[in-house]
Amino acid sequence: MSHALDKYFIPEPSKYPIYGSIALLLFGSGAVMWLNRVDGGALVFFLGIALLIYMMFGWFGQVVKESETGQYSKRVDVSFRWSMGWFIFSEVMFFAAFFGALFYARVLSVPWLATGENFELLWPQFTDSSWPTAGPLAYEAFTPMGAWGIPAFNTLLLLTSGATLTWAHHALLKNDRATLKKGLLLTILLGVIFLGFQMYEYFHAYSDLNLRMDSGIYGSTFYLLTGFHGLHVTIGAIMLTVMYFRINAGHFTPKNHFAFEATAWYWHFVDVVWLFLFVVVYWL
Amino acid sequence: MAAVTPDQLHDHHHGPTGLMRWITTTNHKDIGTMYLIFSFIMFLAGGVMALTIRAELFSPGLQVVEPELFNQLTTLHGLVMVFGAIMPAFVGFANWMIPLMIGASDMAFARMNNWSFWLLPPAAILLIGSFFVPGGATAAGWTLYPPLSIQMGMGMDMAIFAVHIMGISSIMGAINIVVTILNMRAPGMTMMKMPLFCWTWLITAYLLIAVMPVLAGAVTMLLTDRHFGTSFFNAAGGGDPVLYQHIFWFFGHPEVYIMILPAFGIVSQIIPTFARKPLFGYASMVYATSSIAILSFVVWAHHMFTTGMPTAGQLFFMYATLLIAVPTGVKVFNWIATMWRGSMTFETPMLWATGFIFVFTMGGFTGLICAIAPIDIQIHDTYYVVAHFHYVLVAGSLFALFAGAYYWLPKWTGRMPDEKIGKLHFWCSLIFFNITFFPMHFLGLAGMPRRVPDYALQFADFNMLASIGAFGFGLSQLIFLWVVIKAARGQGEKATARSWEAAEGLEWTVPSPAPHHTFEEVPVVK
Ligand code: HEM
Ligand SMILES: [Cu+2]
Repeated sequence: MSHALDKYFIPEPSKYPIYGSIALLLFGSGAVMWLNRVDGGALVFFLGIALLIYMMFGWFGQVVKESETGQYSKRVDVSFRWSMGWFIFSEVMFFAAFFGALFYARVLSVPWLATGENFELLWPQFTDSSWPTAGPLAYEAFTPMGAWGIPAFNTLLLLTSGATLTWAHHALLKNDRATLKKGLLLTILLGVIFLGFQMYEYFHAYSDLNLRMDSGIYGSTFYLLTGFHGLHVTIGAIMLTVMYFRINAGHFTPKNHFAFEATAWYWHFVDVVWLFLFVVVYWL
Repeated sequence: MAAVTPDQLHDHHHGPTGLMRWITTTNHKDIGTMYLIFSFIMFLAGGVMALTIRAELFSPGLQVVEPELFNQLTTLHGLVMVFGAIMPAFVGFANWMIPLMIGASDMAFARMNNWSFWLLPPAAILLIGSFFVPGGATAAGWTLYPPLSIQMGMGMDMAIFAVHIMGISSIMGAINIVVTILNMRAPGMTMMKMPLFCWTWLITAYLLIAVMPVLAGAVTMLLTDRHFGTSFFNAAGGGDPVLYQHIFWFFGHPEVYIMILPAFGIVSQIIPTFARKPLFGYASMVYATSSIAILSFVVWAHHMFTTGMPTAGQLFFMYATLLIAVPTGVKVFNWIATMWRGSMTFETPMLWATGFIFVFTMGGFTGLICAIAPIDIQIHDTYYVVAHFHYVLVAGSLFALFAGAYYWLPKWTGRMPDEKIGKLHFWCSLIFFNITFFPMHFLGLAGMPRRVPDYALQFADFNMLASIGAFGFGLSQLIFLWVVIKAARGQGEKATARSWEAAEGLEWTVPSPAPHHTFEEVPVVK
């Protein structure tokens, strides 16, 4: 019979979860107050974010320490692998809700508004249901975002970053730390440039194209889909940066580097989401 | 900070004491206990709301609450019961029992497990606190349909953030359960040897990971429609309020299976014990559970037959829904076949389990009736639907939770539940449950709409009956509190490790009450 601790890791009691819970309570109630113009809302909101960041530093820091001091067995590694996979699956489903909304609007609800009873009884002036549209009561015209300018370039950036990350990973497997750092840094750089372009694109949309969050269903789906994707690129870039610091600190071996792999999975997932976005939001 | 070393493991308990013990614990039994207590508190809170609703509906006219508050109460009753009582209660069972059943020393991610639980109180504070803000709680119904949910005050925003936080909790909890089951089984515990409770939870957890993010997406769109000028659910901007219903029910229907599959699991543990026969058709149970889970993704629009779907859509969703009756029927058949020619005794857990089969099956049948599109167009949004889902949720999920609580109480507390009081609890609950909800079928068929504080005179008698039943049912639940407190205080017959004569499974090989740490020596299953 083997002893449980050869196989399982049982952590000490920890204060970090309760910090996280208080942080999300502050975050949520602060957001509610802020949105409803209650004094102090923004303060509570940012206090929540600050505590959340503190909690993540502490918690992840502890996990890193446990990992580096060799407390994690093979079995813990497998647990991490499963959990990261399932987490990414949950993210896929989150995006699916917004893609679903986009398809529903484009294929069903907008054409319905321009046909049959809806058309006759609600908005008889709404005859052109072609996409993009801001809906029957659109009072301001807007120009949709073209696909072949910045977005196409951004596609190239992200695809390249996927390749450079794989390059870095191969270097890690061969224990070639110099190439690893180069590849990783390049990946982060590409991600940051992507985000810069994305920000410029929003700026351009608001100031030149009159394309805003309230530009009907086109504006809604455009901003929420690209916005949540951008948020995920940001998170991915932060994760990559953490990996960079860890590599500088001498972490990871060719055999043992799941944090790096998990980050890579995440980055590729964000890549794939972008490809879908590029096709259905920008191009078609 | 180092991990627990082997010699510390043998201590009964190690680490902070007092309140900090509970706040910082990484022990699956502590966390399971907190889940169970939390869910019972929420059950009582939701129960008070329900009884206020039934007091108002005792007779026609408006007497107890304002209509606005009435709508807030129906909404929060639903949200609190679904997200605060039933779901956390099942997670509590999962925490306590899955490691014990598969021979693991704890859950795969013990620290994250703590966070999954401690996210629930903040969510509850937001939900229940929303009664006290200007404008009160959301009154859009637990389904939060726009346009109502776009118009409400800040209570609605609080509900949205509460749903987000509970969603994070559920997803982390579900990932933990999936990984524990896939990766932490003792040697020899193959998947097809696992107790059925673990199987049903594995599939439930998969459903949770798949649909909680979709709900998060839906309420995020509500939030941006409310505050940031988007038009997802606004036809004037090219969106559609019905879109919300599609997204919500894509979550919502799997959600109802999230609330019933673990119940199936509990019942499948209990029936063999008291029939003294192995479960009939174990493999078919696994396949039935899986097919229910898969089918549950393609039936959501049976909640939307009256929204003006194309006929082809109505037919598809009608037939797909009716198809679910097949695997569900397989399960009921297997339970009955397990009992067939068994040497049965009816201790309290078995009473609840057999009561479950009987009454839940009635709820399943009314579900089938609702699923028939031409009939549903008549009864949608009437009390018939209220009757249906209380038959499956109260007599289904809740009865199974009670069955499980009585069954594993000896393992949790070391004392057998008091049979006399337990049986009283069962019979009172069964009778009052039917007095409350059976008349609602007639009310619905006669056309009484749901979610109304006042009604036409012809509905008066059945409503009065339902209200009397509801108060009886509510009071009966205090009996349960009595049983639990008695056992927890160490009164009553001492339980042996096996507790029940014919109980099978690893959880019955450890002492009762289960020590703080179990399976430090990994068991081998033959
Ligand atoms: C035999 C399987 C079942 C079938 C065929 C079925 C069918 C249906 C249908 C067609 C409706 C929509 C009625 C309407 O709004 O007009 C409905 C509502 C509902 N069902 Fe079921 N059901 C089944 C089992 C369950 C189970 C096991 C649960 C939960 C444990 C459940 C919970 C609910 C709830 C909560 C609603 C009402 C939602 C709302 O509008 O607020 N059902 N069911
Ligand atoms: Cu359903």
